[in-house]
Amino acid sequence: MTDLATRPAPAPVVEKTRSSKERWVRRAPLLPALIFAIIVTQLPFLVTLYLSTQGWNALRPGQREFVGLDNYVTVLTDTRLRAALMNTVLLTAGAVIFSLILGLVLAILLDRKFLGRGIVRTLLITPFLVMPIAAALLWKHAIYNPTYGLINGLFGGSTDWVSSYPKAAVIATLVWQWTPFMMLILLAGLQSQSHEVIEAARVDGANAWQIFRRMTIPHLRQYLELGALLGSIYLVNTFDAVFTITQGGPGTATTNLPYEIYLTMFRKFEYGEASAAGVIVVILTIIVATFALRVISGLFKVEANR
Amino acid sequence: MNRRLIDSVWGVVAWVAGIVFVFPVIWMVLTSFKQENAAASNPPSWVFEPTFDQYALVFERNMTPFLLNSLTASLMSTLLVVLLATPAAYALSLRPVEKWSDSLFFFISTKMMPAVAAFLPVYLLVKHAGMLDNVWTMVILYTSMNLPLAVWMMRSFLLEVPREVLEAGEVDGAGLITSIRKIILPIVSPGLAATALICFIFAWNEFFLALNLTATNASTAPIFLVGFISSEGAFLARLCAAATIVSLPVLIAGWLAQNKLVRGLSMGAVK
Repeated sequence: MTDLATRPAPAPVVEKTRSSKERWVRRAPLLPALIFAIIVTQLPFLVTLYLSTQGWNALRPGQREFVGLDNYVTVLTDTRLRAALMNTVLLTAGAVIFSLILGLVLAILLDRKFLGRGIVRTLLITPFLVMPIAAALLWKHAIYNPTYGLINGLFGGSTDWVSSYPKAAVIATLVWQWTPFMMLILLAGLQSQSHEVIEAARVDGANAWQIFRRMTIPHLRQYLELGALLGSIYLVNTFDAVFTITQGGPGTATTNLPYEIYLTMFRKFEYGEASAAGVIVVILTIIVATFALRVISGLFKVEANR
Repeated sequence: MNRRLIDSVWGVVAWVAGIVFVFPVIWMVLTSFKQENAAASNPPSWVFEPTFDQYALVFERNMTPFLLNSLTASLMSTLLVVLLATPAAYALSLRPVEKWSDSLFFFISTKMMPAVAAFLPVYLLVKHAGMLDNVWTMVILYTSMNLPLAVWMMRSFLLEVPREVLEAGEVDGAGLITSIRKIILPIVSPGLAATALICFIFAWNEFFLALNLTATNASTAPIFLVGFISSEGAFLARLCAAATIVSLPVLIAGWLAQNKLVRGLSMGAVK
Protein backbone atom coordinates (compact mmCIF):
# COMPACT_ATOMS: atom_id res chain seq x y z
CA MET A 1 0.00 0.00 0.00
CA THR A 2 2.74 2.42 0.95
CA ASP A 3 4.41 1.51 -2.30
CA LEU A 4 1.37 2.65 -4.22
CA ALA A 5 1.01 5.83 -2.24
CA THR A 6 4.58 6.97 -2.67
CA ARG A 7 4.69 6.24 -6.38
CA PRO A 8 5.11 9.50 -8.33
CA ALA A 9 2.24 10.61 -10.50
CA PRO A 10 2.51 8.95 -13.93
CA ALA A 11 3.27 11.12 -16.91
CA PRO A 12 -0.09 10.75 -18.73
CA VAL A 13 -1.82 12.61 -15.92
CA VAL A 14 0.42 15.58 -16.56
CA GLU A 15 -0.47 15.39 -20.23
CA LYS A 16 -4.17 15.52 -19.41
CA THR A 17 -3.87 18.57 -17.19
CA ARG A 18 -2.59 20.54 -20.16
CA SER A 19 -5.20 23.02 -21.29
CA SER A 20 -7.17 22.15 -24.39
CA LYS A 21 -5.89 25.28 -26.09
CA GLU A 22 -2.32 24.19 -25.62
CA ARG A 23 -3.14 20.75 -26.98
CA TRP A 24 -4.55 22.31 -30.13
CA VAL A 25 -1.45 24.45 -30.50
CA ARG A 26 0.60 21.28 -30.38
CA ARG A 27 -1.64 19.57 -32.89
CA ALA A 28 -1.74 22.49 -35.31
CA PRO A 29 1.40 21.59 -37.32
CA LEU A 30 0.09 18.07 -37.80
CA LEU A 31 -3.38 18.97 -38.97
CA PRO A 32 -2.77 20.15 -42.56
CA ALA A 33 -0.96 16.95 -43.48
CA LEU A 34 -3.47 14.78 -41.64
CA ILE A 35 -6.50 16.44 -43.23
CA PHE A 36 -4.91 16.34 -46.68
CA ALA A 37 -4.15 12.62 -46.35
CA ILE A 38 -7.66 11.82 -45.12
CA ILE A 39 -9.33 13.75 -47.94
CA VAL A 40 -7.17 12.43 -50.76
CA THR A 41 -6.75 8.81 -49.65
CA GLN A 42 -9.45 7.83 -47.14
CA LEU A 43 -12.57 9.45 -48.59
CA PRO A 44 -12.00 7.89 -52.03
CA PHE A 45 -11.68 4.53 -50.38
CA LEU A 46 -15.03 4.99 -48.61
CA VAL A 47 -16.53 5.81 -52.00
CA THR A 48 -14.91 2.65 -53.40
CA LEU A 49 -16.65 0.70 -50.63
CA TYR A 50 -19.97 2.26 -51.66
CA LEU A 51 -19.38 1.69 -55.38
CA SER A 52 -18.53 -1.95 -54.75
CA THR A 53 -22.18 -2.49 -53.80
CA GLN A 54 -23.43 -0.99 -57.04
CA GLY A 55 -24.15 -2.79 -60.27
CA TRP A 56 -22.66 -0.21 -62.56
CA ASN A 57 -21.22 -0.51 -66.02
CA ALA A 58 -20.24 2.87 -67.41
CA LEU A 59 -21.21 1.75 -70.91
CA ARG A 60 -24.85 1.52 -69.76
CA PRO A 61 -25.40 4.96 -68.25
CA GLY A 62 -28.38 5.46 -66.01
CA GLN A 63 -28.53 1.81 -65.04
CA ARG A 64 -27.01 1.87 -61.62
CA GLU A 65 -28.52 -0.10 -58.80
CA PHE A 66 -27.75 -1.50 -55.39
CA VAL A 67 -26.70 -5.13 -55.75
CA GLY A 68 -25.39 -5.84 -52.26
CA LEU A 69 -22.50 -8.24 -52.28
CA ASP A 70 -23.10 -9.52 -55.83
CA ASN A 71 -19.94 -7.86 -57.14
CA TYR A 72 -17.89 -9.63 -54.49
CA VAL A 73 -19.45 -12.96 -55.46
CA THR A 74 -18.72 -12.27 -59.14
CA VAL A 75 -15.17 -11.21 -58.41
CA LEU A 76 -14.35 -14.07 -56.07
CA THR A 77 -15.83 -16.72 -58.39
CA ASP A 78 -14.28 -15.20 -61.50
CA THR A 79 -11.44 -17.39 -62.76
CA ARG A 80 -9.66 -14.36 -64.21
CA LEU A 81 -9.47 -12.73 -60.84
CA ARG A 82 -8.26 -15.88 -59.16
CA ALA A 83 -5.58 -16.20 -61.83
CA ALA A 84 -4.66 -12.56 -61.22
CA LEU A 85 -4.39 -13.22 -57.51
CA MET A 86 -2.09 -16.18 -58.11
CA ASN A 87 0.00 -14.17 -60.57
CA THR A 88 0.30 -11.30 -58.09
CA VAL A 89 1.60 -13.68 -55.44
CA LEU A 90 3.99 -15.37 -57.87
CA LEU A 91 5.35 -12.17 -59.40
CA THR A 92 5.72 -10.42 -56.05
CA ALA A 93 7.24 -13.39 -54.24
CA GLY A 94 9.53 -14.22 -57.17
CA ALA A 95 10.81 -10.68 -57.49
CA VAL A 96 11.22 -10.19 -53.73
CA ILE A 97 13.01 -13.49 -53.10
CA PHE A 98 15.45 -13.26 -56.00
CA SER A 99 16.25 -9.61 -55.40
CA LEU A 100 16.81 -10.34 -51.71
CA ILE A 101 19.25 -13.16 -52.50
CA LEU A 102 21.13 -11.15 -55.10
CA GLY A 103 21.01 -8.08 -52.87
CA LEU A 104 22.53 -10.07 -50.00
CA VAL A 105 25.39 -11.32 -52.19
CA LEU A 106 26.12 -7.82 -53.46
CA ALA A 107 25.87 -6.31 -49.98
CA ILE A 108 28.42 -8.81 -48.68
CA LEU A 109 30.73 -7.95 -51.59
CA LEU A 110 30.37 -4.24 -50.87
CA ASP A 111 30.91 -4.65 -47.14
CA ARG A 112 34.66 -5.16 -47.76
CA LYS A 113 37.15 -2.45 -48.48
CA PHE A 114 38.49 -2.41 -52.02
CA LEU A 115 39.61 0.04 -54.62
CA GLY A 116 36.70 2.03 -56.05
CA ARG A 117 34.08 0.77 -53.63
CA GLY A 118 32.13 4.02 -53.91
CA ILE A 119 32.05 3.77 -57.69
CA VAL A 120 30.84 0.15 -57.62
CA ARG A 121 28.08 1.11 -55.20
CA THR A 122 27.02 3.90 -57.54
CA LEU A 123 26.99 1.45 -60.46
CA LEU A 124 24.91 -1.01 -58.48
CA ILE A 125 22.21 1.45 -57.45
CA THR A 126 21.84 2.77 -60.99
CA PRO A 127 19.21 0.20 -62.17
CA PHE A 128 16.94 1.31 -59.34
CA LEU A 129 17.09 4.90 -60.58
CA VAL A 130 16.16 4.21 -64.19
CA MET A 131 12.53 5.20 -64.74
CA PRO A 132 10.53 1.96 -64.32
CA ILE A 133 8.65 2.37 -67.57
CA ALA A 134 11.92 3.09 -69.40
CA ALA A 135 13.48 0.00 -67.80
CA ALA A 136 10.53 -2.13 -68.89
CA LEU A 137 10.73 -0.83 -72.45
CA LEU A 138 14.49 -1.30 -72.49
CA TRP A 139 14.27 -4.92 -71.38
CA LYS A 140 11.42 -5.70 -73.73
CA HIS A 141 12.95 -4.21 -76.86
CA ALA A 142 16.70 -4.07 -76.36
CA ILE A 143 17.20 -7.26 -74.34
CA TYR A 144 14.38 -9.76 -74.86
CA ASN A 145 13.64 -9.02 -78.52
CA PRO A 146 14.05 -12.27 -80.55
CA THR A 147 15.78 -10.70 -83.58
CA TYR A 148 17.95 -7.85 -82.30
CA GLY A 149 17.74 -8.26 -78.50
CA LEU A 150 20.93 -8.42 -76.49
CA ILE A 151 20.44 -11.94 -75.11
CA ASN A 152 20.06 -13.60 -78.49
CA GLY A 153 22.67 -11.26 -79.93
CA LEU A 154 25.28 -12.35 -77.41
CA PHE A 155 24.40 -16.02 -76.99
CA GLY A 156 22.79 -16.84 -80.34
CA GLY A 157 19.45 -18.59 -80.81
CA SER A 158 16.13 -17.04 -81.70
CA THR A 159 14.11 -17.54 -78.54
CA ASP A 160 11.25 -15.11 -78.10
CA TRP A 161 11.90 -14.60 -74.40
CA VAL A 162 8.76 -12.64 -73.58
CA SER A 163 6.27 -15.06 -75.11
CA SER A 164 8.16 -18.21 -74.11
CA TYR A 165 8.85 -17.22 -70.51
CA PRO A 166 6.48 -14.32 -69.76
CA LYS A 167 6.55 -14.59 -65.97
CA ALA A 168 10.33 -14.99 -65.84
CA ALA A 169 10.75 -12.03 -68.21
CA VAL A 170 8.69 -9.77 -65.95
CA ILE A 171 10.34 -11.07 -62.78
CA ALA A 172 13.87 -10.65 -64.20
CA THR A 173 13.17 -7.02 -65.04
CA LEU A 174 11.75 -6.39 -61.56
CA VAL A 175 14.67 -8.19 -59.91
CA TRP A 176 17.12 -6.07 -61.87
CA GLN A 177 15.41 -2.92 -60.64
CA TRP A 178 14.85 -3.98 -57.03
CA THR A 179 18.12 -5.73 -56.19
CA PRO A 180 19.81 -2.36 -55.49
CA PHE A 181 17.06 -1.51 -52.99
CA MET A 182 17.59 -4.78 -51.11
CA MET A 183 21.34 -4.37 -51.33
CA LEU A 184 21.22 -0.91 -49.72
CA ILE A 185 19.06 -2.11 -46.82
CA LEU A 186 21.20 -5.20 -46.22
CA LEU A 187 24.42 -3.21 -46.55
CA ALA A 188 23.18 -0.85 -43.86
CA GLY A 189 22.47 -3.93 -41.76
CA LEU A 190 25.93 -5.38 -42.33
CA GLN A 191 27.61 -2.11 -41.49
CA SER A 192 25.70 -1.80 -38.23
CA GLN A 193 27.32 -5.04 -37.01
CA SER A 194 29.78 -4.60 -34.19
CA HIS A 195 33.27 -5.20 -35.54
CA GLU A 196 34.74 -5.88 -32.10
CA VAL A 197 32.38 -8.79 -31.50
CA ILE A 198 33.24 -10.32 -34.88
CA GLU A 199 36.94 -9.81 -34.26
CA ALA A 200 36.54 -11.48 -30.87
CA ALA A 201 34.80 -14.46 -32.48
CA ARG A 202 37.63 -14.70 -35.02
CA VAL A 203 40.23 -14.65 -32.26
CA ASP A 204 38.28 -17.43 -30.53
CA GLY A 205 38.79 -19.51 -33.66
CA ALA A 206 35.47 -19.15 -35.51
CA ASN A 207 35.87 -19.45 -39.28
CA ALA A 208 34.25 -17.13 -41.80
CA TRP A 209 31.30 -19.44 -42.50
CA GLN A 210 30.58 -19.90 -38.79
CA ILE A 211 30.68 -16.16 -38.25
CA PHE A 212 28.36 -15.64 -41.20
CA ARG A 213 25.84 -18.29 -40.13
CA ARG A 214 25.86 -17.76 -36.39
CA MET A 215 26.34 -14.00 -36.19
CA THR A 216 25.73 -12.18 -39.45
CA ILE A 217 22.52 -13.91 -40.53
CA PRO A 218 20.77 -13.55 -37.14
CA HIS A 219 21.83 -9.92 -37.04
CA LEU A 220 20.56 -9.39 -40.60
CA ARG A 221 17.24 -11.11 -39.97
CA GLN A 222 15.36 -7.93 -39.22
CA TYR A 223 16.88 -6.20 -42.21
CA LEU A 224 15.93 -9.13 -44.45
CA GLU A 225 12.38 -8.96 -43.10
CA LEU A 226 12.22 -5.23 -43.59
CA GLY A 227 13.51 -5.54 -47.16
CA ALA A 228 11.03 -8.32 -47.94
CA LEU A 229 8.08 -6.43 -46.53
CA LEU A 230 8.86 -3.02 -48.03
CA GLY A 231 9.68 -4.72 -51.32
CA SER A 232 6.34 -6.54 -51.21
CA ILE A 233 4.44 -3.34 -50.49
CA TYR A 234 5.97 -1.66 -53.52
CA LEU A 235 5.95 -4.71 -55.81
CA VAL A 236 2.36 -5.81 -55.16
CA ASN A 237 1.48 -2.65 -57.05
CA THR A 238 3.55 -3.57 -60.08
CA PHE A 239 1.84 -2.11 -63.09
CA ASP A 240 4.44 -0.54 -65.38
CA ALA A 241 6.34 -3.76 -66.14
CA VAL A 242 3.21 -5.83 -66.82
CA PHE A 243 1.61 -3.08 -68.90
CA THR A 244 4.72 -2.69 -71.04
CA ILE A 245 6.37 -6.07 -71.34
CA THR A 246 3.48 -8.51 -71.62
CA GLN A 247 0.17 -6.58 -71.42
CA GLY A 248 -0.79 -9.28 -68.94
CA GLY A 249 -0.40 -12.02 -71.53
CA PRO A 250 -0.02 -14.40 -73.15
CA GLY A 251 -3.60 -15.11 -72.12
CA THR A 252 -3.65 -14.17 -68.47
CA ALA A 253 -0.18 -15.56 -67.71
CA THR A 254 1.13 -12.32 -66.23
CA THR A 255 -2.07 -10.41 -65.40
CA ASN A 256 -1.69 -9.32 -61.80
CA LEU A 257 -4.35 -7.66 -59.66
CA PRO A 258 -3.48 -4.04 -60.42
CA TYR A 259 -3.49 -4.80 -64.14
CA GLU A 260 -6.72 -6.82 -63.91
CA ILE A 261 -8.45 -4.01 -62.00
CA TYR A 262 -7.17 -1.57 -64.59
CA LEU A 263 -8.67 -3.72 -67.37
CA THR A 264 -11.98 -4.04 -65.52
CA MET A 265 -12.09 -0.26 -65.09
CA PHE A 266 -10.92 1.02 -68.43
CA ARG A 267 -11.58 -1.81 -70.88
CA LYS A 268 -14.75 -3.41 -69.53
CA PHE A 269 -15.98 -0.32 -67.66
CA GLU A 270 -17.38 -2.54 -64.90
CA TYR A 271 -17.03 0.07 -62.20
CA GLY A 272 -18.85 -1.96 -59.53
CA GLU A 273 -16.74 -5.05 -60.05
CA ALA A 274 -13.52 -3.06 -60.22
CA SER A 275 -14.39 -1.46 -56.87
CA ALA A 276 -15.12 -4.82 -55.27
CA ALA A 277 -11.78 -6.15 -56.54
CA GLY A 278 -10.09 -3.03 -55.15
CA VAL A 279 -11.64 -3.60 -51.72
CA ILE A 280 -10.42 -7.20 -51.76
CA VAL A 281 -6.90 -6.01 -52.60
CA VAL A 282 -7.02 -3.58 -49.70
CA ILE A 283 -8.10 -6.32 -47.29
CA LEU A 284 -5.24 -8.53 -48.48
CA THR A 285 -2.81 -5.65 -48.14
CA ILE A 286 -4.01 -4.91 -44.62
CA ILE A 287 -3.22 -8.51 -43.69
CA VAL A 288 0.31 -8.20 -45.10
CA ALA A 289 0.71 -4.70 -43.70
CA THR A 290 -0.12 -5.83 -40.17
CA PHE A 291 2.97 -8.01 -40.31
CA ALA A 292 4.94 -5.21 -41.93
CA LEU A 293 4.09 -2.75 -39.18
CA ARG A 294 5.12 -5.23 -36.52
CA VAL A 295 8.51 -5.70 -38.16
CA ILE A 296 9.04 -2.00 -38.72
CA SER A 297 8.18 -1.06 -35.15
CA GLY A 298 10.48 -3.85 -33.96
CA LEU A 299 13.28 -2.33 -35.98
CA PHE A 300 12.61 1.08 -34.49
CA LYS A 301 12.99 -0.39 -31.03
CA VAL A 302 16.36 -1.82 -32.04
CA GLU A 303 17.46 1.56 -33.38
CA ALA A 304 16.33 3.26 -30.17
CA ASN A 305 18.20 0.81 -27.96
CA ARG A 306 21.48 1.16 -29.79
CA MET B 1 49.80 -10.17 -47.60
CA ASN B 2 47.56 -13.17 -48.16
CA ARG B 3 44.61 -11.27 -46.68
CA ARG B 4 45.31 -8.41 -49.02
CA LEU B 5 45.30 -10.68 -52.05
CA ILE B 6 41.95 -12.17 -51.04
CA ASP B 7 40.55 -8.68 -50.55
CA SER B 8 41.60 -7.58 -53.98
CA VAL B 9 40.15 -10.73 -55.59
CA TRP B 10 36.82 -9.95 -53.94
CA GLY B 11 37.23 -6.38 -55.11
CA VAL B 12 37.50 -7.60 -58.69
CA VAL B 13 34.40 -9.77 -58.22
CA ALA B 14 32.50 -6.75 -56.91
CA TRP B 15 33.61 -4.67 -59.89
CA VAL B 16 32.45 -7.37 -62.31
CA ALA B 17 29.09 -7.60 -60.52
CA GLY B 18 28.71 -3.82 -60.68
CA ILE B 19 29.44 -3.72 -64.38
CA VAL B 20 27.08 -6.61 -65.15
CA PHE B 21 24.33 -4.86 -63.24
CA VAL B 22 24.77 -1.51 -64.87
CA PHE B 23 25.31 -3.02 -68.31
CA PRO B 24 21.71 -2.68 -69.57
CA VAL B 25 21.95 1.03 -68.75
CA ILE B 26 25.28 1.34 -70.58
CA TRP B 27 23.73 -0.53 -73.49
CA MET B 28 20.79 1.87 -73.49
CA VAL B 29 23.10 4.89 -73.64
CA LEU B 30 25.32 3.28 -76.31
CA THR B 31 22.32 2.38 -78.46
CA SER B 32 20.97 5.92 -78.21
CA PHE B 33 24.06 7.12 -80.09
CA LYS B 34 23.62 4.61 -82.94
CA GLN B 35 21.83 4.80 -86.26
CA GLU B 36 18.71 2.63 -86.38
CA ASN B 37 20.27 -0.05 -88.60
CA ALA B 38 23.26 -0.41 -86.26
CA ALA B 39 20.92 -0.59 -83.27
CA ALA B 40 18.89 -3.44 -84.77
CA SER B 41 21.85 -5.51 -85.90
CA ASN B 42 22.44 -9.09 -84.81
CA PRO B 43 25.08 -9.80 -83.51
CA PRO B 44 25.14 -6.48 -81.64
CA SER B 45 27.47 -3.85 -83.06
CA TRP B 46 30.12 -2.56 -80.68
CA VAL B 47 31.98 -0.25 -82.99
CA PHE B 48 29.99 2.49 -84.62
CA GLU B 49 30.18 6.16 -85.42
CA PRO B 50 28.34 7.98 -82.64
CA THR B 51 25.55 10.27 -83.75
CA PHE B 52 23.17 12.68 -82.05
CA ASP B 53 20.51 12.11 -84.73
CA GLN B 54 18.23 10.15 -82.40
CA TYR B 55 18.28 12.88 -79.77
CA ALA B 56 17.45 15.47 -82.40
CA LEU B 57 14.59 13.27 -83.68
CA VAL B 58 13.17 12.79 -80.19
CA PHE B 59 12.99 16.53 -79.62
CA GLU B 60 11.47 17.01 -83.06
CA ARG B 61 8.66 14.74 -81.90
CA ASN B 62 7.84 17.45 -79.35
CA MET B 63 9.17 15.91 -76.19
CA THR B 64 9.71 19.24 -74.43
CA PRO B 65 6.10 19.79 -73.22
CA PHE B 66 6.11 16.33 -71.64
CA LEU B 67 9.35 17.07 -69.83
CA LEU B 68 7.99 20.40 -68.64
CA ASN B 69 4.82 18.75 -67.34
CA SER B 70 6.91 16.20 -65.48
CA LEU B 71 9.03 18.97 -64.06
CA THR B 72 6.01 20.99 -62.90
CA ALA B 73 4.25 17.99 -61.38
CA SER B 74 7.39 16.72 -59.64
CA LEU B 75 8.73 20.03 -58.34
CA MET B 76 5.38 21.42 -57.21
CA SER B 77 4.32 18.21 -55.50
CA THR B 78 7.71 17.96 -53.80
CA LEU B 79 7.37 21.52 -52.53
CA LEU B 80 3.86 20.81 -51.20
CA VAL B 81 4.98 17.56 -49.61
CA VAL B 82 7.83 19.25 -47.77
CA LEU B 83 5.55 22.08 -46.60
CA LEU B 84 2.97 19.62 -45.27
CA ALA B 85 5.28 16.92 -43.97
CA THR B 86 7.86 18.97 -42.06
CA PRO B 87 5.46 20.57 -39.56
CA ALA B 88 3.66 17.24 -39.21
CA ALA B 89 6.93 15.45 -38.53
CA TYR B 90 7.76 18.13 -35.97
CA ALA B 91 4.49 17.46 -34.17
CA LEU B 92 5.32 13.75 -34.21
CA SER B 93 8.88 14.02 -32.93
CA LEU B 94 10.23 17.08 -31.12
CA ARG B 95 6.99 18.30 -29.55
CA PRO B 96 4.89 15.19 -29.92
CA VAL B 97 1.13 15.40 -29.70
CA GLU B 98 -0.78 12.85 -27.69
CA LYS B 99 -1.14 9.50 -29.45
CA TRP B 100 1.53 10.55 -31.93
CA SER B 101 2.30 6.96 -32.90
CA ASP B 102 -1.29 6.43 -34.09
CA SER B 103 -0.93 9.32 -36.52
CA LEU B 104 2.45 8.04 -37.63
CA PHE B 105 1.04 4.62 -38.43
CA PHE B 106 -1.98 6.16 -40.09
CA PHE B 107 0.34 7.87 -42.56
CA ILE B 108 2.22 4.69 -43.36
CA SER B 109 -0.99 2.70 -43.77
CA THR B 110 -2.13 5.06 -46.54
CA LYS B 111 1.08 4.18 -48.37
CA MET B 112 0.27 0.50 -48.07
CA MET B 113 -3.06 0.85 -49.79
CA PRO B 114 -2.61 -0.01 -53.46
CA ALA B 115 -3.29 2.98 -55.67
CA VAL B 116 -5.70 1.02 -57.88
CA ALA B 117 -7.98 0.29 -54.94
CA ALA B 118 -9.00 3.89 -54.37
CA PHE B 119 -8.40 5.06 -57.88
CA LEU B 120 -11.89 4.83 -59.38
CA PRO B 121 -13.51 7.43 -57.07
CA VAL B 122 -10.55 9.73 -57.63
CA TYR B 123 -10.93 9.29 -61.38
CA LEU B 124 -14.68 9.93 -61.27
CA LEU B 125 -14.26 13.00 -59.07
CA VAL B 126 -11.49 14.43 -61.21
CA LYS B 127 -13.58 13.81 -64.34
CA HIS B 128 -16.66 15.38 -62.76
CA ALA B 129 -14.70 18.45 -61.67
CA GLY B 130 -13.32 18.87 -65.17
CA MET B 131 -9.80 18.38 -63.85
CA LEU B 132 -8.79 15.55 -66.19
CA ASP B 133 -5.64 16.22 -68.16
CA ASN B 134 -4.64 18.99 -65.76
CA VAL B 135 -1.14 19.14 -64.34
CA TRP B 136 -2.41 20.40 -60.96
CA THR B 137 -4.41 17.22 -60.53
CA MET B 138 -1.14 15.37 -60.83
CA VAL B 139 0.50 17.73 -58.32
CA ILE B 140 -2.18 16.96 -55.71
CA LEU B 141 -2.11 13.21 -56.27
CA TYR B 142 1.69 13.01 -56.22
CA THR B 143 1.65 15.01 -53.00
CA SER B 144 -0.62 12.48 -51.34
CA MET B 145 1.45 9.64 -52.79
CA ASN B 146 4.69 10.95 -51.23
CA LEU B 147 3.32 12.46 -48.02
CA PRO B 148 3.65 9.36 -45.79
CA LEU B 149 7.19 8.72 -46.95
CA ALA B 150 8.17 12.32 -46.28
CA VAL B 151 6.54 12.43 -42.83
CA TRP B 152 8.40 9.29 -41.75
CA MET B 153 11.65 10.42 -43.23
CA MET B 154 11.53 13.94 -41.80
CA ARG B 155 10.58 12.54 -38.40
CA SER B 156 13.63 10.33 -38.41
CA PHE B 157 15.84 13.31 -39.21
CA LEU B 158 14.16 15.58 -36.65
CA LEU B 159 14.73 12.99 -33.93
CA GLU B 160 18.44 13.58 -34.43
CA VAL B 161 18.13 17.12 -33.08
CA PRO B 162 19.48 16.86 -29.52
CA ARG B 163 16.75 17.69 -27.01
CA GLU B 164 19.24 19.26 -24.58
CA VAL B 165 20.33 21.85 -27.11
CA LEU B 166 16.72 22.66 -27.92
CA GLU B 167 15.81 23.00 -24.24
CA ALA B 168 18.91 25.07 -23.52
CA GLY B 169 17.83 27.41 -26.31
CA GLU B 170 14.35 27.69 -24.82
CA VAL B 171 15.81 28.53 -21.41
CA ASP B 172 17.89 31.24 -23.04
CA GLY B 173 14.67 32.71 -24.38
CA ALA B 174 14.90 31.56 -27.99
CA GLY B 175 11.47 31.64 -29.59
CA LEU B 176 10.16 28.97 -31.95
CA ILE B 177 11.39 30.79 -35.05
CA THR B 178 14.86 31.29 -33.62
CA SER B 179 15.24 27.67 -32.56
CA ILE B 180 14.03 26.48 -35.97
CA ARG B 181 16.47 28.77 -37.74
CA LYS B 182 19.48 28.41 -35.47
CA ILE B 183 19.20 24.86 -34.13
CA ILE B 184 16.80 22.67 -36.11
CA LEU B 185 17.43 23.73 -39.71
CA PRO B 186 21.23 23.40 -39.69
CA ILE B 187 20.90 19.85 -38.38
CA VAL B 188 18.06 18.62 -40.57
CA SER B 189 18.75 20.46 -43.82
CA PRO B 190 20.69 17.54 -45.41
CA GLY B 191 17.77 15.32 -44.44
CA LEU B 192 15.31 17.81 -45.87
CA ALA B 193 17.22 17.81 -49.14
CA ALA B 194 17.28 14.01 -49.26
CA THR B 195 13.55 13.85 -48.54
CA ALA B 196 12.86 16.30 -51.33
CA LEU B 197 15.05 14.38 -53.77
CA ILE B 198 13.34 11.08 -53.04
CA CYS B 199 9.86 12.59 -53.39
CA PHE B 200 11.00 14.12 -56.67
CA ILE B 201 12.20 10.71 -57.89
CA PHE B 202 8.91 8.97 -57.13
CA ALA B 203 6.84 11.74 -58.69
CA TRP B 204 9.01 11.90 -61.81
CA ASN B 205 8.80 8.13 -62.35
CA GLU B 206 5.07 7.74 -61.68
CA PHE B 207 3.19 6.08 -64.53
CA PHE B 208 -0.21 4.63 -63.55
CA LEU B 209 -1.90 7.87 -62.48
CA ALA B 210 -0.42 9.82 -65.37
CA LEU B 211 -1.59 7.17 -67.84
CA ASN B 212 -5.20 7.32 -66.69
CA LEU B 213 -5.62 10.97 -65.79
CA THR B 214 -3.83 12.81 -68.57
CA ALA B 215 -4.41 12.91 -72.30
CA THR B 216 -2.61 15.61 -74.25
CA ASN B 217 -2.07 18.78 -72.22
CA ALA B 218 -0.74 17.41 -68.97
CA SER B 219 0.98 14.20 -70.07
CA THR B 220 4.25 13.53 -68.33
CA ALA B 221 7.53 12.07 -69.61
CA PRO B 222 6.66 8.39 -68.96
CA ILE B 223 3.58 8.83 -71.15
CA PHE B 224 5.72 10.24 -73.95
CA LEU B 225 7.84 7.13 -73.82
CA VAL B 226 4.88 4.78 -74.14
CA GLY B 227 3.02 6.76 -76.79
CA PHE B 228 6.24 7.01 -78.70
CA ILE B 229 6.70 3.25 -78.90
CA SER B 230 3.20 2.47 -80.15
CA SER B 231 3.15 5.16 -82.83
CA GLU B 232 6.66 4.50 -84.10
CA GLY B 233 6.89 0.74 -83.91
CA ALA B 234 10.17 -0.43 -82.54
CA PHE B 235 12.81 2.12 -83.39
CA LEU B 236 15.30 0.96 -80.84
CA ALA B 237 17.88 3.74 -81.05
CA ARG B 238 15.25 6.46 -80.83
CA LEU B 239 13.58 4.70 -77.92
CA CYS B 240 16.92 4.47 -76.11
CA ALA B 241 17.59 8.15 -76.69
CA ALA B 242 14.19 9.07 -75.24
CA ALA B 243 14.64 6.64 -72.32
CA THR B 244 18.06 8.11 -71.57
CA ILE B 245 16.70 11.65 -71.49
CA VAL B 246 13.78 10.85 -69.17
CA SER B 247 15.95 8.80 -66.83
CA LEU B 248 18.71 11.37 -66.55
CA PRO B 249 17.19 13.72 -63.93
CA VAL B 250 16.47 10.86 -61.56
CA LEU B 251 19.86 9.26 -62.14
CA ILE B 252 21.52 12.51 -61.15
CA ALA B 253 19.19 13.07 -58.18
CA GLY B 254 19.72 9.50 -57.00
CA TRP B 255 23.49 9.62 -57.32
CA LEU B 256 23.49 12.85 -55.32
CA ALA B 257 21.25 11.43 -52.61
CA GLN B 258 22.71 7.94 -52.52
CA ASN B 259 23.92 8.17 -48.94
CA LYS B 260 20.42 8.98 -47.77
CA LEU B 261 18.59 6.80 -50.29
CA VAL B 262 18.25 3.74 -48.09
CA ARG B 263 16.96 5.79 -45.20
CA GLY B 264 14.29 7.37 -47.33
CA LEU B 265 13.20 4.17 -49.00
CA SER B 266 12.92 2.39 -45.67
CA MET B 267 10.92 5.37 -44.34
CA GLY B 268 13.67 6.21 -41.88
CA ALA B 269 13.85 2.75 -40.34
CA VAL B 270 17.39 2.08 -41.57
CA LYS B 271 20.13 4.66 -41.18
